[in-house]
Amino acid sequence: MNDVIKYIILFIALILIQVIVLNNVLFWGYINPLLYILFIVIYPLKRDRGLFLFLSFLLGLCIDFFVDSGGTNAAATLFIGYIRLPLLKGLLRKSEIDFPVFKIIKLPFLRLLSFIAILTFSHHFIIFSLEYFKFNAIVTIFSRTFLTSFFTIILLIFSLLIMDKGN
Amino acid sequence: MQQIINFIIKYKYFLFFLLLEIIAVSLTLQSHSYHKSKFVNSANYITGGIHKRINSFKEYTRLKVFNEQLLEENIQLKNILSQQTKDSTVQSIQFVDTIKYSQKFSYTPAKVINNQYHKKYNFLTIDKGSKAGLQPDQGVVNSRGVIGITNTVSKNYATVLSIINGNSKINVKLKNSFHFGTLEWNGNDYNILQLVDLQITANIKNGDTITTGGKSTIFPEGVPVGTVLNFYRENNVYQSINVKLFNDMSAIGPVNIITNFDKQEIITLEETISNE
Repeated sequence: MNDVIKYIILFIALILIQVIVLNNVLFWGYINPLLYILFIVIYPLKRDRGLFLFLSFLLGLCIDFFVDSGGTNAAATLFIGYIRLPLLKGLLRKSEIDFPVFKIIKLPFLRLLSFIAILTFSHHFIIFSLEYFKFNAIVTIFSRTFLTSFFTIILLIFSLLIMDKGN
Repeated sequence: MQQIINFIIKYKYFLFFLLLEIIAVSLTLQSHSYHKSKFVNSANYITGGIHKRINSFKEYTRLKVFNEQLLEENIQLKNILSQQTKDSTVQSIQFVDTIKYSQKFSYTPAKVINNQYHKKYNFLTIDKGSKAGLQPDQGVVNSRGVIGITNTVSKNYATVLSIINGNSKINVKLKNSFHFGTLEWNGNDYNILQLVDLQITANIKNGDTITTGGKSTIFPEGVPVGTVLNFYRENNVYQSINVKLFNDMSAIGPVNIITNFDKQEIITLEETISNE
């Protein structure tokens, strides 16, 4: 029960941090880090993924409501929510994961970094390709994906460290 | 039948994922076409309320800029007023017959509570809605020029399709001639827009002033837009014309929403032509 409340608070807090603070912080005028995918990174792994998929969709849609972007954030967040488990299995080279005891933060740093980096890149790439939605904007899409991902990854690592210290 | 059920059970997460993804992508595509972003928009009670709270805090940091803008507007209006008194001393005073008198435009003040300028499809949120008489498709301007067109309207808030939105097309003309064109945005610099469909006979120069054309029912004629920054002509057509805005689109505060009283009449008149 405690866990449920904890993740509900995290869900709302991440939306508010994103909307109130980060959407008003634009590095170099246009780089807007998207920290809210922290939820996808630290939500506990479970065998039943239905609720998690729905939550990732809902999280993206909430952000979409604030920034008038249709469904771009929802599509991207849902996608990384779906690939999270297969990606972890691939990175750890395991076919099965011991769900109850598994913790993201206990991963070795390089694996954790590559896990976060792949999630962030694919999330941002989907967002920018859906936003521009033109093949000849591919250079813009890639440059914005890389620049924004860089800042998002730094923020994600920092928040993971802070949360780990807090526990 | 058994096989179908087995298939669904085996791939239930994938199918669920696919269903939600289709919803999300269709919402996205819908928002890309003009005037269809009806469902997901920030003009609702919760998002509008939060944006308003954030803005009431941010407003204080920009009071100086807004004061300068208001001062500028005051001076413009005073200059117009002083011209009129000069005229009235020459002519005899005339009474305006209130029955014949027709006001064509009215202005509603509002505040921008959320401003975007770093994306390709940018929207603003303002703190007036249908309660203040707003409708979709009304022009939004400030003292320095055009801001955008209202898009979705809720009770207390409205979203504005910014002129730096990939879907925005605004009829503009040169201030010193009657040549007109369309103002669009290519998504790069938020203070530089592109003027297209301008005839070669217009013969523009760098620094020419661009104003709204008055050929739509949304903006009155002569609202300032910007100046020609540079242009490139080839084969006797303008390939690209860059227009530098008077406004700084990253710092927009108080705005006016324009109501055109003749809009309905013009639209019905134009519909009768297209039906024939």
